[in-house]
Amino acid sequence: MSSVSPLLFLILVPILSAVLIMVGANPRFTAILGAALNVLFLVVIGVFFNPAQAGFQFVSSFPVVAQLGIGFTLGADGLSLIMLFLSVVVTLAAVCVARTPIENARWFYACILLISAGLVGAFASVDVFFFYMFHELALIPTFLLIGIWGSGDRQAAAWKATVYLATGSFILLLGIIGLYLIQPEGARSFDLRQILAHAQAGLIPDSPVVYLLLLLGFGILVSLFPFHTWAPQAYASAPAPASMLHAGVLKKFGLYGLIRLAVPILPDSVQAFAPILLVLLACNILYVGYVTIAQRKLDFMLGYSSVMHMGYIFLGFTALNQVSLTGASLMLLSHGLTIAVLFALCGEIRERTGTLDFSELGGIARATPKLGLAFGFAAMASVGLPGFVGFAGELLVFFGSFATGEPQMGFLNDKEVFGFNGYQIATICAVWGIVISAIYMLRAYRRIFMGPLPDRWSRLPDLSGSPHAAIVLLIAIMLFFGFFPQILVNLVTPALLLP
Amino acid sequence: MIQPIALEICVVCLGIFLLMAESFSFKSNKVTLAQGAIFGLVCVFILTFFIEANPPAMQDSGFYVVDGLSLFFKRFALLATIFTLILAIDYIPIVQRLVPAERPEAGSGEFFILPVFTCAGLMWMASAADFIMIFCALELVTISLYIQVAYMRRSLASLEAGTKFLVLGALSTGFFIYGITWIFGMTGETNLALIQKALANLPEANHTAILFGLAMVLVAIGFKIAAAPFQFWVPDVYQGAPTPITAFLAVASKAAGFVILIRVLQPFLVLESFQGKLTLVLLLLAALTLIYGNLAAIPQTNLKRLLGYSSIAHAGYLLVGLAAIGDAFSGRAVVFYLSGYFLMTFLAFLVMVPVTKATGGDDLSHFNGLARRSPGLALAMLIAAASLAGVPFTVGFFGKFFIFEVAMNQGLYLLVFIGVITVASGFYYYFKVIRAMYWQPAPEGVGAVPVSILSKIAIVVSALLILVLGFYPQLLIQFLP
Repeated sequence: MSSVSPLLFLILVPILSAVLIMVGANPRFTAILGAALNVLFLVVIGVFFNPAQAGFQFVSSFPVVAQLGIGFTLGADGLSLIMLFLSVVVTLAAVCVARTPIENARWFYACILLISAGLVGAFASVDVFFFYMFHELALIPTFLLIGIWGSGDRQAAAWKATVYLATGSFILLLGIIGLYLIQPEGARSFDLRQILAHAQAGLIPDSPVVYLLLLLGFGILVSLFPFHTWAPQAYASAPAPASMLHAGVLKKFGLYGLIRLAVPILPDSVQAFAPILLVLLACNILYVGYVTIAQRKLDFMLGYSSVMHMGYIFLGFTALNQVSLTGASLMLLSHGLTIAVLFALCGEIRERTGTLDFSELGGIARATPKLGLAFGFAAMASVGLPGFVGFAGELLVFFGSFATGEPQMGFLNDKEVFGFNGYQIATICAVWGIVISAIYMLRAYRRIFMGPLPDRWSRLPDLSGSPHAAIVLLIAIMLFFGFFPQILVNLVTPALLLP
Repeated sequence: MIQPIALEICVVCLGIFLLMAESFSFKSNKVTLAQGAIFGLVCVFILTFFIEANPPAMQDSGFYVVDGLSLFFKRFALLATIFTLILAIDYIPIVQRLVPAERPEAGSGEFFILPVFTCAGLMWMASAADFIMIFCALELVTISLYIQVAYMRRSLASLEAGTKFLVLGALSTGFFIYGITWIFGMTGETNLALIQKALANLPEANHTAILFGLAMVLVAIGFKIAAAPFQFWVPDVYQGAPTPITAFLAVASKAAGFVILIRVLQPFLVLESFQGKLTLVLLLLAALTLIYGNLAAIPQTNLKRLLGYSSIAHAGYLLVGLAAIGDAFSGRAVVFYLSGYFLMTFLAFLVMVPVTKATGGDDLSHFNGLARRSPGLALAMLIAAASLAGVPFTVGFFGKFFIFEVAMNQGLYLLVFIGVITVASGFYYYFKVIRAMYWQPAPEGVGAVPVSILSKIAIVVSALLILVLGFYPQLLIQFLP
């Protein structure tokens, strides 16, 4: 066993905080302290991280099942560092905006911290098996969070999400076992570094079955059309911190996994199945986009919008070139931050007014100007306004995917004409998607914050205290990386292993 | 160094001693008997680490083998009996209420002593390498279990369970004997090693008869391990039997069935022509068992019955592992799964018994709000349910992972696909328990559920083991044969 990776502490801090809370420490204080400590840890790790170096850093390994090449191996490269950053920051924001429930506050915070530990563990794992295992750590806490503290039709939402996620994750498990079995016998391993070495040596046959299993498994977790129906309902019903972590970070696990595994190991299959995926992601953007416009409640609208935005990232993934993959990686971060802010604000509004129905709300920006301003920022970021990191991501995705593939040349009336290929059509759909998201976001803003202020909302308290600080922090990060996206690009570039 | 056979002799002597002690000391508290039995079994368990490996006297006898597998399952049987007795101590007030006697104490002694004899039978079964020996051991186990299942004489459910178990058990015994006679008729041997030798020289024309005999034996073993379509007795018997005995049936009896299955299949798998057919049969059994067990469990509202169906489902996953027997790791995968199944099933029953005692029933609704009444018990049940469902970081997940890995390595894709779909349905019905404990409000005016010290220790140990093995399965794998 080599030296202990500092990343281990990132996993242990939330788990220990959860244990302390269950044993009897003050739940809210311990949770915030643990989350803040983790952010601090990550900043320190980021300082010592060498962005120029390719491959994983801070690696430590501990064999778990030697016969199968499973080891508890931790490590980080630029891409995982970004995801780790997203995880710890959103965790901190989530525990800050959490309303302490009257009953069973201990379980509530312990569940959130366990989800966070699973996220950090998944993104810090170099071993594919543990990468998978850590993701599943969130399953039971989510079930409890939605079931106990959820709102609306919470039981149905919790069941649906759990059964969908369980099915998806076991299909994913088959894909991972398949990935293990297509390696040459005798040298099989779950260690990502070794798998990548095999792939570069050309020892791994490009198996379409394995890719399809991975795509289906990850696709269900990322709410790829038509497996998306669990997501809006679950996010709408879950308490705000759970939605923030789930929609903001946990869902990115699937796309992160595809970029990590499918791109370097199975690139031919990615290209072979690109037409199907392009159709599905266009449905994600257009169909789900129109469904989003039709929503009459803010929580469902945000849930659907987060499903819709996954389409862009899928587009960046399937176009499979440096530019589009960089854009997809940036969007992982930007969407995570944006949707976390939006769900946090959604929770704040629900807390104040007790309703999220557009028809009952209106004009509350007069009573709560800070809330309105924050929502405005987040809505603009979600649409992809320049100045926010999402703009850089979307732009790179569109450039990358539009340049992909051969132009379609054909003959019409004996004249050679130029036509769009599938990638370009999908890109056009995605650009149209920006218009769609502008429509629903601006409409939501108008319905909730503009117009005359009804008497019953005139005494709403504005944002204050730790929720306010957390939301400001997230928006500040979005703006910072929006102005300096090059930092992220430099981090991601060595980590993207193109075929 | 001790002769291996001494282990079983010790256990039988312990049983006889306890019977004597019970009949000659009227006034003693019957729970002392159980404590004595647990102490004795722990001693025997420690003895298993000092036995002579492969003693010369046993090498040629041919009906009693001492190898890693048998030793592992002897320990398995001993631990399962100890856990059963711990459960039985907690459960005894309910038994005493339902057994007619002049004094409440009378008639409950055998409830603690019969499992000891069953344990001896299980240990013999682990070492049996001859059909006659297997049969004798099997009968010792089964007949003592008949009594235990029907022990609560005033409970109609228990009597019904006993009758069903008896009639169907006798039927399966008939199948077993019938199958043995066919195999004996063709090969002239009952010893498994000698059968293997005889098979090699057997004319092709006789293979059908052997297969027929083997099919009959498989029917009988299928009954033991509760594989579909021989599972019809399971739900009623599991629900009606006293809860500790249900746990014993679910774990020890099933594990013994799998040991026999591994032993019996071994000589027949050597022949190429048999291998394909046997694998096909196992595949079909596995697929049927998986589908039936998991789907039928979905609508259940009684936890004992639910665990009955879940035990059918787990038999299905184990059969998947056996169907992939060509893989070098498959034997260990099956044994690992069984060990994990042992821990999580007993943990569920260990939580269930005190809750049944406090709430008066074992429906899922009796668990409502358990998390508010007794957070510790609820957490233990949460861990058990998660492990049974196969959530990562529990031993149940690694069990399923190993099984799927060997099955995919052997190319059993359809079966693995069925397995994955059924796992998803498993999540639904195991999470129903979690829902009852955490989502539902507790009934008015109830306090914490009392748990005895011994049960507490057992609960903590098995819950911790489930989590530790869920992170570091190597701990167990290195002990596997």
